[in-house]
Amino acid sequence: MTSSIANTRTKADDVRTVREAPSVDAVMLEQRAVGFKTRSIKTASKIAGLKLALSMTDLTTLEGKDSPEKVRALCQRAIRPMPDDERVLGERLPSVAAVCVYPRMVGVARECVEGTGICVASVATGFPSGQSSIGVRLREVEEAVAAGADEIDMVISRGAFLAGRYGEVAEEIRETAAACGRAHLKVILETGELVTYDNVRRASDLAIANIRDGDFIKTSTGKVSPAATMPVTLCMLQAIADEFVRMGRSGSGRKIGMKPAGGIRTAKDALHYLVMVQETLGPLTPGEASPWMTPTLFRFGASSLVDDLVRQLRRMATGVYAAGYDLAGS
Amino acid sequence: MTDRLAVQKTYKLFINGAFPRSESGRTFTVKHADGSLHAHASHASRKDLRAAVEAARSAQRKWDASPAVLRGQILYRAAEMLEGRRDEFAALLRVVDGLDAEDAEREVSASIDRLVAFAGWADKFQQVLGSHNPVAGPYDNFTMPEATGVVAIFAPEAPSLLGLVSLIAPAICAGNAVVAIAGARSPGVAIALAEVCATSDVPAGVINILTGDPGELIPWAAGHRDVDAITAAGVDDAQASALREGAGENLKRVTIHERPDRDAWFEASCEGPEWIAASIEFKTAWHPSAV
Repeated sequence: MTSSIANTRTKADDVRTVREAPSVDAVMLEQRAVGFKTRSIKTASKIAGLKLALSMTDLTTLEGKDSPEKVRALCQRAIRPMPDDERVLGERLPSVAAVCVYPRMVGVARECVEGTGICVASVATGFPSGQSSIGVRLREVEEAVAAGADEIDMVISRGAFLAGRYGEVAEEIRETAAACGRAHLKVILETGELVTYDNVRRASDLAIANIRDGDFIKTSTGKVSPAATMPVTLCMLQAIADEFVRMGRSGSGRKIGMKPAGGIRTAKDALHYLVMVQETLGPLTPGEASPWMTPTLFRFGASSLVDDLVRQLRRMATGVYAAGYDLAGS
Repeated sequence: MTDRLAVQKTYKLFINGAFPRSESGRTFTVKHADGSLHAHASHASRKDLRAAVEAARSAQRKWDASPAVLRGQILYRAAEMLEGRRDEFAALLRVVDGLDAEDAEREVSASIDRLVAFAGWADKFQQVLGSHNPVAGPYDNFTMPEATGVVAIFAPEAPSLLGLVSLIAPAICAGNAVVAIAGARSPGVAIALAEVCATSDVPAGVINILTGDPGELIPWAAGHRDVDAITAAGVDDAQASALREGAGENLKRVTIHERPDRDAWFEASCEGPEWIAASIEFKTAWHPSAV
């Protein structure tokens, strides 16, 4: 484990990380991101891609009106995204990767998905604004972990980051990572508030340097527009690739996960993102899938994506387009 | 300096209030009646059909909930817009459909009148088609017509304008949203009609118009589970059975108008409430009466 590297970092290290972050060519980045949409993915590959995307989805409900009943319904959808899959497709579809809820709902979700292999992710640290004192935010993490969360989605203090107080942001990430214990950490950069790609890259490098192997960086809370976009995600994937290569030379090769969240609604979008992951992060061996093409290193934060994935799989199996009432979801 | 660059019109599709090209990138040529090139038009694919059905589905609920009087006013406004552009439509019918000047004028006039007729029906067909049923008990028993939802329309090749208007107007006057697939020969008239709709306060998505090869879209429209009814005219026997077969899977209402004669479309019988009945469902409700 490389967690010791993170723990011994100083504010001087953090400032250096931000200063050394490469600048981003916005025009090239956007051009390249558009290019991923031009691949032709048909039949068997498409079905495989749709199922993979389904198994990578964090089914999310983050509303003020969330109730235990709503969370239980969400969990049922997470376990069995398409209740008639065996009849229509002739096979069981994978469950989604995780359900993502507020800390108060962690216990309910934990109870529902116990034994299914689905993780419970909880947003914490004053989600979505991050405007609480650090003590309150850490306490929230501890409560969520104690209630049974496998994953913690934290928000960074964008105000501090934009004001140049990088050490403060790095410190809160380190403390949150420590408070997570065995739970995985996802650091939400809220790229919609970071304004420039250069800032996204700096924040990505700062977060990556302060989290553990297998932790995630995540684009957005879903409460700010724009949420995840392909260029922003590509920028963060490049930061992850650079980290892997940099650390790989010294033999430790840290793999940081990626989670675009918010704004990914269609199966087509999801396939574009998978193409982007495959072509940006590997594959290490030609002809094989990138090591990031797995739910342990790549996630989609979405609530409506599952409906469209199921709809496409249904269309490919039956040859007709589905109606709204065919779908189990919202 | 008198030589201007010619401004050639390229006909697009009409989906969700916008005029996109076909997702597939395909086009086809529209010929004048004498065989020379008139324009290029978009050749809609099944994915365009899917997009149009999605647009229609999301627009239908609000359209249905809008007051019947308002739906009638909007249809009347479409008639006003068509009246204002009658020269353009008459010219298209002459050069593409090959009608003589008198026939072209007659078809445009009939199309405008048909819109006005169904504008009038919007708040009246409920009384004509609905009923207060006699029952043995202290109850009132009502049967009320309600919009069926998303209606796919296959329009005849001729009369290109009047046929399309005669199928769209009754469906939307009842509160349905439509995806109309125009006849293959005269897409220009259909898209000009779309421009009329776009400037008539018809909400985006309530009327969607596709052009291309109707035969190619028939199986997809018939099988699409989010289409609630299909109204077609000018389809051959094989296409009619393909429509009925696909529609059987989720019990769509299918109405196929057999009107091989062009003149038949001009008859007053095309303005009756039975044309609205092709795209409605009846709901019967019991209510305790105060005895």
